[in-house]
Amino acid sequence: MKHIDVGMMQYRQLNEQIRESKAKQFILSSVTGQRYIGCAQKDKTITINGTPGNGLGSYLDGATLIVNGNAQDATGDTMNEGAIIVHGSCGDGTGYAMRGGKLYIRDSAGYRCGIHMKAFEERQPLLIIGDRAGSFLGEYQAGGTIIVLGMNQEGKAPVGYFCGTGMHGGTIYLRCDTLPQGLPPQVAVHDADEDDKALLFELLDEYCALFKLDKAQLLASHFYVLSANSTTPYRMMYTHV
Amino acid sequence: MNGYHQRTPLEGEVRIPSGCAISGIISRSGKRFSGREAISSIAVMHDRSNGLGGGFAGYGIYPEYADFYALHVFYYSSEAKRSCEDFLEEHFDLINLSKIPTTKHHAITDEPLIWRYFVTPLPTKLASSQLDENEYTARCVIKINREIDGAYVFSSGKNMGVFKAVGYPEDVGEFYRLDDYEGYSWTVHGRYPTNTPGWWGGAHPFSLLDYSVVHNGEISSYDANRRFIEMFGYSCTLMTDTEVITYMIDYLHRKQGLSFEEVANVIAAPFWSTIERKSQEEKEVCTYLRNTFASMLITGPFSIILGFSGGLMALNDRLKLRSLVAAEKDDRVYLASEEAAIRVICPEPDRLWYPSGGKPVIVTLEGQQGGQDGHQLPVSGL
Repeated sequence: MKHIDVGMMQYRQLNEQIRESKAKQFILSSVTGQRYIGCAQKDKTITINGTPGNGLGSYLDGATLIVNGNAQDATGDTMNEGAIIVHGSCGDGTGYAMRGGKLYIRDSAGYRCGIHMKAFEERQPLLIIGDRAGSFLGEYQAGGTIIVLGMNQEGKAPVGYFCGTGMHGGTIYLRCDTLPQGLPPQVAVHDADEDDKALLFELLDEYCALFKLDKAQLLASHFYVLSANSTTPYRMMYTHV
Repeated sequence: MNGYHQRTPLEGEVRIPSGCAISGIISRSGKRFSGREAISSIAVMHDRSNGLGGGFAGYGIYPEYADFYALHVFYYSSEAKRSCEDFLEEHFDLINLSKIPTTKHHAITDEPLIWRYFVTPLPTKLASSQLDENEYTARCVIKINREIDGAYVFSSGKNMGVFKAVGYPEDVGEFYRLDDYEGYSWTVHGRYPTNTPGWWGGAHPFSLLDYSVVHNGEISSYDANRRFIEMFGYSCTLMTDTEVITYMIDYLHRKQGLSFEEVANVIAAPFWSTIERKSQEEKEVCTYLRNTFASMLITGPFSIILGFSGGLMALNDRLKLRSLVAAEKDDRVYLASEEAAIRVICPEPDRLWYPSGGKPVIVTLEGQQGGQDGHQLPVSGL
């Protein structure tokens, strides 16, 4: 276990220290916006106290990052494998181009979460947001799974505008009673059925245990399932916004 | 930029990847505080700038001269200073004039002459111009910047001042000794110039009268905006896209009398598809503003903080292509590109939120709070 009091340390210095250390467990304190923490790490566990900077866990390749607080923009950018757990909220571009691993956010996340997310064989990225996501959730999504639980949204759609624009693969689950307005024609929607709920039961397992949520109660709510509508690929995508 | 040469290479000669940074702090009760907090906040975002520009605006800093326009001027030659002072004496009563106090700083070099004048329009000249004193002063400032080679008025409001330079913002703050000033609000900018040179006049904030703008982003509608605003007597002389935002806000708010919410609806107008879904009343307002001021829509990524007498407004482009975080604690409101830049000066805010794209956060001294449409976050952390 290695403890680093970060303060105003340069981000390069911090990341080199983590990379070059033989320790497997790290606890960082007073983190003040240092970028790229955990970048491309394979097998370490890093606990972050304070506010990590942009690009937290970018290209993550198997390590586990735990944030006690909020993270900033581009958390889990292009992550490949591993887990990022945020006991708070995230900024814009969360899970950008994620292609594997798990990204669990207790509260909310900003604009453009999970955009360009993709999947291949055993690499199946999973992004779960507890409360609400901003506009452009899952824009150009090509694979993987995004779940938004709308914990404080009282059944309203827990996303902003332009959800799933350009989506051509993967799945978005929204826990809400009303659909987001103006879903584009590339998105097909259905109400979650028994099979979907069974799958959600598995996908939410770790998340609910981590954040102490009643999974059965969550699953009793209504979910929408958004997926790519293969009958209208790309037609008139942005020409009328 | 006649007579102006930098020793450090200009943007275009070197490439240092980064982005801009902005931060703003206001005390809603009007309690004044030094520029140090703005320096501490922007220093956290050091890596977003590349040392080619930094600057501050402080409001409430000249209470002893509150009724006079404070002109901050860069001179690149003594001829420019003579011409400018002749012009000022012809048009204004000069109440006080001095060099702006600075400290030698190893990272701030090639400074021009930097002077400050507290002035009021000459009553006879003002009367014969048939203008109000704001319009009179604004026209004089534009005339100096356009016509006197090597003289740039970079601050011209009352009881406020802009301090800017080529350098990292935290160094610029030290250079101008901002610990010695107290204001009720501060904005600050760390610059990464895109497309345009890093030079003293091109650093942010951009200012006209008491409006000042710091901007993170890049306006793709710059020339459309510039051509439109120059029809109304403004002149874009500072070689950076952000300048035009300041003039558009001056035009819309001071001259057209739009509220700041309406200004936001013009420069970051919602998409037609978003307007479609609004209530009938909102639809009419948004449609009217978008049609009437079509050439004043700003496209491209931006997050800005506007300073004005008595308040701050933060605004993102409608797609929110740049980051912006807001927080409040007691009578203070904080705005910044990154949450870490807020928490370094306010570790435990009462409320923290991400404003939505195109939805302004407006904070005024009376305690009126905008940003209700923002996306509120629970405050977490240890």
